[in-house]
Amino acid sequence: MSEKLFVSGDEAVALAAKAAKPHVIAAYPITPQTIIVERLSDYVEDGSLNAQYMYVESEHSAMAACIGASAIGARTFTATSSQGLLYMVEGLPYASGSRFPIVMANANRSIAAPWSIYNDQRDSLSQLECGWIQFYVESAQEAYDMVIQAYKVGEDPDVMLPVMVNLDGFVLTHTYELVQTADQEKVDAFIPYQKFANRMDLDNPMSTSITAGPPFNMEFRHQQHVATVNAEKKIEEVDKAFGEVFGRTYGGMIEAYKCEDAEVILVTLGSVAGTTRCVVDELRAEGKKVGLLKIRCMCPFPAAKIVDVLKNAKAVGVLEKDITFGYEGVVYTEVNSAMKKAGLEIPTSNYVGGLGGRSIYKTDIENMFNELLTGTAVNGGVEFVNLRRDI
Amino acid sequence: MDRPKVDFDFKVTKLPMGPACEAGQLHDVSSGMRTFRPVIDQEKCVHCLRCFLVCPDGAIDKSEPQLEIDYDYCKGCGVCKRACKVGAISMILEVEA
Amino acid sequence: MALNARTITNKEYFYGHKACPGCGAALAMRLALKVTGERTIALIPPNCMSTVAFIYPNMPLFTNGMVTEFASTGSTMSGVLAGAKALGLKDYHIVGFAGDGGTVDIGMASLSGMIDRNDKCIYICYDNEAYMNTGVQKSGVTPYGMKTTNTPSGKNVHGSQTSKKRMFEIVAAHGIPYAATASLGYPEDYMAKVEKAMNTDGASYIHVLAPCPTGWGTDTDMTIDIGKEAVDCGLWYLAEYENGEYKLNRNPKEFTPVEDYLKKQSRFPNLDEHDIERIVRERDEFWARVRRDWVK
Repeated sequence: MSEKLFVSGDEAVALAAKAAKPHVIAAYPITPQTIIVERLSDYVEDGSLNAQYMYVESEHSAMAACIGASAIGARTFTATSSQGLLYMVEGLPYASGSRFPIVMANANRSIAAPWSIYNDQRDSLSQLECGWIQFYVESAQEAYDMVIQAYKVGEDPDVMLPVMVNLDGFVLTHTYELVQTADQEKVDAFIPYQKFANRMDLDNPMSTSITAGPPFNMEFRHQQHVATVNAEKKIEEVDKAFGEVFGRTYGGMIEAYKCEDAEVILVTLGSVAGTTRCVVDELRAEGKKVGLLKIRCMCPFPAAKIVDVLKNAKAVGVLEKDITFGYEGVVYTEVNSAMKKAGLEIPTSNYVGGLGGRSIYKTDIENMFNELLTGTAVNGGVEFVNLRRDI
Repeated sequence: MDRPKVDFDFKVTKLPMGPACEAGQLHDVSSGMRTFRPVIDQEKCVHCLRCFLVCPDGAIDKSEPQLEIDYDYCKGCGVCKRACKVGAISMILEVEA
Repeated sequence: MALNARTITNKEYFYGHKACPGCGAALAMRLALKVTGERTIALIPPNCMSTVAFIYPNMPLFTNGMVTEFASTGSTMSGVLAGAKALGLKDYHIVGFAGDGGTVDIGMASLSGMIDRNDKCIYICYDNEAYMNTGVQKSGVTPYGMKTTNTPSGKNVHGSQTSKKRMFEIVAAHGIPYAATASLGYPEDYMAKVEKAMNTDGASYIHVLAPCPTGWGTDTDMTIDIGKEAVDCGLWYLAEYENGEYKLNRNPKEFTPVEDYLKKQSRFPNLDEHDIERIVRERDEFWARVRRDWVK
């Protein structure tokens, strides 16, 4: 039965994970994801979730346990954040290379040092090459929906890759909003259990996660690359199918908001897309032609789709919560690369904000748009948003 | 002899989905590792089966009345020779075998 | 039914691999698989066994198996078990084959977690007393005086300067339902312990001394003999921890000379009388303690 509940982002993720009925849950607590782990244990205790809930001794072991469970053919779920994601990094390409469709919720949180429990996107954006499909959500509702979509995308036989659903720590995980849950029968029909190919099988023994030497290694990598490319189409299909069954869609790999005639477009991802949306509306009311391009999926990277939206803009800003020290943000690098390959000669600016939980205010975003509109933005360079200048 | 056999003619025609493979398939032999090869004197052998037990490679087969050595996979380590309490196994140079 | 050469199956589940001639680890894995049988799911971290047996498309393991990450033999085993339970699978044994380095050093935490969860898995640590797969580097159970490539033995320092981690006791201290030490020098004892582990209703652990001709500097035919001598001279021991009690399986009245054991292997060069004295003293202290505490 579908219900409208007033829940936090973490609680929404836990509800979605419950609805997806994973066989095995192995997750280690870390702020700000702990509530996901806690709620899931409540659901197991009260019988509403029939899963093998494992208490694990670390994030590295959490991912290893999911890998083991997936290898024998079970559906798995885990969640982490920041330091925990980094601790399990060895397991990320292990899972994607082994083609295990594990689904993981990552509460975006800054990484040490210095320590911070607050939100930025350096954790997951540092792992763009690990082979996991990566979604970034704007709201608790989207987090709920994407956990379910993640199973459908990841478990598709042409994809068979693990999926990371990223939600901003505290900003989304701990704030409350109305979330429409999905009818369980519809979820069961949307993501039925499947027999995964090449799993360990007591009747047909398999060796898995084996070594591939120089004669074959590249071919396995190429195969993985092709599967990741295949995922692009599946992501669009699944988002559309989700809309038909549950009544909500998000535009697929990107969402272009008021970009058709926009002179200036701000590209961003995660919860700050929501703030940007409000600013776009306000500036539009003043007659300014601005737009928001929300990137929903960073891997595979929707280069062609992004270029298609940006091609008529006069200036583009990329707002992100990470930086490759000494250079620029990785989202900016990828957007620029896509634009250059398409021959777009449009000035671009990188806005690096929100690091370690620094708030990004509507006024900050307004300033970005105004800079871009008046051509006073740093062209091809990095600007730190809302940085203290007094110390 | 009841031991897995090598398939030299095997060729990979299609990559499996992901780095997984049907268990238990051999496409190479270990005989090239040998300098010495064990030979069982069946007259002396009392069939205690100790050599069968301790061979690290499992190359001694006990399914027949007489013990057989699978020379495709025997590496000539000599553990069987040392294990034999009646001296029924001798190690001879592979080049002279 | 006693497990011996006559009663154990002729079928091979680990065959055609590229381990060194005389490899103790290969024998440990071979014999264990004969006990646990064809419905075994083997988890093997990076070590000699996974290296010699899983290079696509050559697959010398004839049961289900998976190469795990180095640190996570224990947790991957637990994950497979959870998956198998969730899927309603029946009649299988989950067995891990980790080397000493992958157990007592990098694999400690995940093994500890597996025991804490009391997952019905059999963890077999084959102890060849160093990281052999990478060319003989020191591990937490490298014995005092052993030459490794990162604890060289020369004029100033005579090899590794620490004593073996008490891994069996660390595992037993968890209150594990069943743990045992074994040696390839006593293969029937080892197989019987694997069977006991298999029939344990919960986590189990076997620490088997598995001589490595390459790393120990012994002739390839000496594997069983040197494994036996390690026990007979008191530097290794056969014991069990079961139902909360330690038990010594073998309590020799007299030990064979430690020096004879050491001199047979080229991994103990340069040991002087102080070194030997320390080795003997530590051995005697160990046996005094376990005779006091483990023998009724």
